[in-house]
Amino acid sequence: MLYAILCYNDEDAVCAWSKEEDAAVMAKLQVVQDRLAKEGRLGPVARLLPTTAATTLRKDRDPPLVIDGPFAETKEQFLGFYVVDCAGLEEALQIARDLGAVNPGGSYEIRPVGYFKPGSVGA
Amino acid sequence: VSEVAWIDAALTSARPQALGALLRYFRDLDRAEEAFQEACLRALKTWPQNGPPRDAAAWLIMVGRNVAIDQVRRQRKQQPLPAEDVISDLDDAEAELAERLDGQHYRDDILRLLFICCHPDLPATQQIALALRVVSGLTVKQIARAFLVSESAMEQRITRAKSRVGAAQVPFETPGAVERSERLAAVAAMIYLIFNEGYSAGSAEAGARAPLCEEAIRLARLLLRLFPAEPEIMGLTALLLLQHARMAARFGADGSIMLLEDQERGLWDRTLIAEGLALIDKAVRHRRRGPYLAQAAIAALHARAAKAQDTDWAQIDLLYAALEQLQPSPVITLNRAVAVSKVRGPEAALAMIEPLAAQLSGYFYFFGVKGGLLMQLGRAAEARTVFNRAIALANTPAEAAHIRLHLDRLMEPGVPPAIARPHRE
Repeated sequence: MLYAILCYNDEDAVCAWSKEEDAAVMAKLQVVQDRLAKEGRLGPVARLLPTTAATTLRKDRDPPLVIDGPFAETKEQFLGFYVVDCAGLEEALQIARDLGAVNPGGSYEIRPVGYFKPGSVGA
Repeated sequence: VSEVAWIDAALTSARPQALGALLRYFRDLDRAEEAFQEACLRALKTWPQNGPPRDAAAWLIMVGRNVAIDQVRRQRKQQPLPAEDVISDLDDAEAELAERLDGQHYRDDILRLLFICCHPDLPATQQIALALRVVSGLTVKQIARAFLVSESAMEQRITRAKSRVGAAQVPFETPGAVERSERLAAVAAMIYLIFNEGYSAGSAEAGARAPLCEEAIRLARLLLRLFPAEPEIMGLTALLLLQHARMAARFGADGSIMLLEDQERGLWDRTLIAEGLALIDKAVRHRRRGPYLAQAAIAALHARAAKAQDTDWAQIDLLYAALEQLQPSPVITLNRAVAVSKVRGPEAALAMIEPLAAQLSGYFYFFGVKGGLLMQLGRAAEARTVFNRAIALANTPAEAAHIRLHLDRLMEPGVPPAIARPHRE
């Protein structure tokens, strides 16, 4: 069984870390990740850029609506995610529109990824 | 992260919101600050025992308010309000007791708090000092260090700024749309000032002043969260991120200035660049031009070039042309001339800056750029005169040393000359 572990924290506080503090946390996480990777149990790992860099595609209407900022509707739950390689926001939005066309309702939050490791599970 | 450090971080991040709301209640900066201070002290006492509240800002606002009201009641020998350790345990009671703090309210509170700091009567340095003290919550000592002045001088500066702000009437009603956008523009300019105060430092001071850049970025992100659909605020944030990304590459090991074209691009912070580029992507979708966005787009073209020679100077020229229209200034034309020299050659660039001579007669970079162009055209004697003028106007020893390097190169023909970029490089 694969499990996703979703990371939540106070963005203000994390963004206020100094470069050194941030690097120290990342180094400690790396140790845990390395162990999991060695055991062949680590899937993709991604650290997202701040929510201020987010865009949301609301696909509960036609045509879907693009709005600035992160997803904020409490009646919707986090159900899954994709990682796609794009030249920029417009390409990412087009992919989200294509996905939304066959899976309407709810929304997609589009967030740039700051750090990414593909992982070793199921390879 | 230790518990005290965690609480400290929570108090810092709740500060603008909590202080902004307390300011709305008390309509007096000193009283609001006192109430916030008292609430923080109580947080340090009760949070380690009871655990952190769900909404730190709401807790601080309520406790800060209670403390102040309690003092008044005590003076009237009336009953005190419930203690704060009761409050933090009760989910619903907290929601019920706290004023309904919807996003709109918070937004105007924080904007007002920032706006008070950029009152037009205050000189720029006082605006920045006040914002760092009041909004960011830096200590007087930290601010004094960043400004390279004594603590007592900074204390005086902030006190003076506060009394001026106190005398000025800032309306506390919810602002209308026009007023809100005026406040937003003033606050954006102030945040850019804070950034430049840190960014314009020489290599010797860069370490001490870098926190100003980081603080400016923090404030820009805060503003962006409050106004997520304002392309100019996206542009401002992107501009700060893209410039700050080059921090580690801006000075050589000996403290000398590294021109953009000579910087080791591997030292640029790719994460900050990615965030800046993502924000520009978002902003351009709005199809609204603005000076911050144009400047950010120029910085982005530099950031996208893997090597200096890959830089898209033609596009940079166009963006500066747009910027000249949006915000006409001889300094922008001077900047544009550098791009023009790359696209159409030094002669065209020189013709472009000649008319600026009178306006920029005291401006170091004008003579740096002009000397560089003359040098490229092989007019060595004129270049030397102009460079000497630049040295006389240099703001820092590093700037003077940089121009001397050009003078040295003039002595050895055949070495391709580089042009000093007018500002911030």
